[in-house]
Amino acid sequence: MTLDPCDRCEELLQDFLDRTLTDVEWKEAESHLSGCDYCARRYKFEESLRRYVRTTATERMPPGLMDKLTELRRLDATA
Amino acid sequence: MSEPGPDTDARRIATEARDRLRFEEDALALADQVYRVARRLVGSREEAEDLVQETYARAFRSWRSFTPGTNLRAWLLRILTNLNVDRGRKIQRSPRTQPLEEGDYYLANKMASAAGEEALETDDVVERLSQDSIVNALSGIPPQFRDVVVLVDIGEFSYADAAQILDVPIGTVMSRLHRGRRALKQHLAEGAIS
Repeated sequence: MTLDPCDRCEELLQDFLDRTLTDVEWKEAESHLSGCDYCARRYKFEESLRRYVRTTATERMPPGLMDKLTELRRLDATA
Repeated sequence: MSEPGPDTDARRIATEARDRLRFEEDALALADQVYRVARRLVGSREEAEDLVQETYARAFRSWRSFTPGTNLRAWLLRILTNLNVDRGRKIQRSPRTQPLEEGDYYLANKMASAAGEEALETDDVVERLSQDSIVNALSGIPPQFRDVVVLVDIGEFSYADAAQILDVPIGTVMSRLHRGRRALKQHLAEGAIS
């Protein structure tokens, strides 16, 4: 049984963006994407989502933690 | 051949002191990046701070076991994830029924019904997802899947580094990553799309 081409493209999405597809799969995805707005939009969305997750989920180190870590180093040096 | 005299000893001690200093400085320079990953592996800022401190305490004690020239950030994260598991986050082995898993287009489809098909092409459509919803969705992923998503998608570690950090085969990293990302999108789709 063969998958619907868009279902197949959905399966390839993560590896496509991770660049872990084989050459054959890569060509398969690219040729489908070039003619399918439905899938192309969903790929574009996934790319934006990944970037967005990375930036919004990133929280800087709280002030003071660096001093505590540096302190650990001194404590250890005297041990 | 003469016995190693005080001179050689002194040189050895000086070399070791220098190596150690360099190790500590390199490790401290990565603290912010280590914290960013830690913060998403655990539930609260306090826990993340504690975990990072424990990690550095252990790293400073066992700095000799680090091989210079290898990935120090991955080495630190390996200590950190081990400590995190030791802290009582037991790996779930109950034969829990797996959640019904949606495909990779699930969130995009929901977004398209809320904002229109063309909106998917815009850069700011993702901003309909609040920061809180992202953070909550991440913490809602089952831990062993979340670890991989956090390491790869937030920490920007390679599959190989993630495999080494978590001490699992690379194929396991890939399958957990794929499933973890789908779980993330499912949580987001079921949460708030404004």
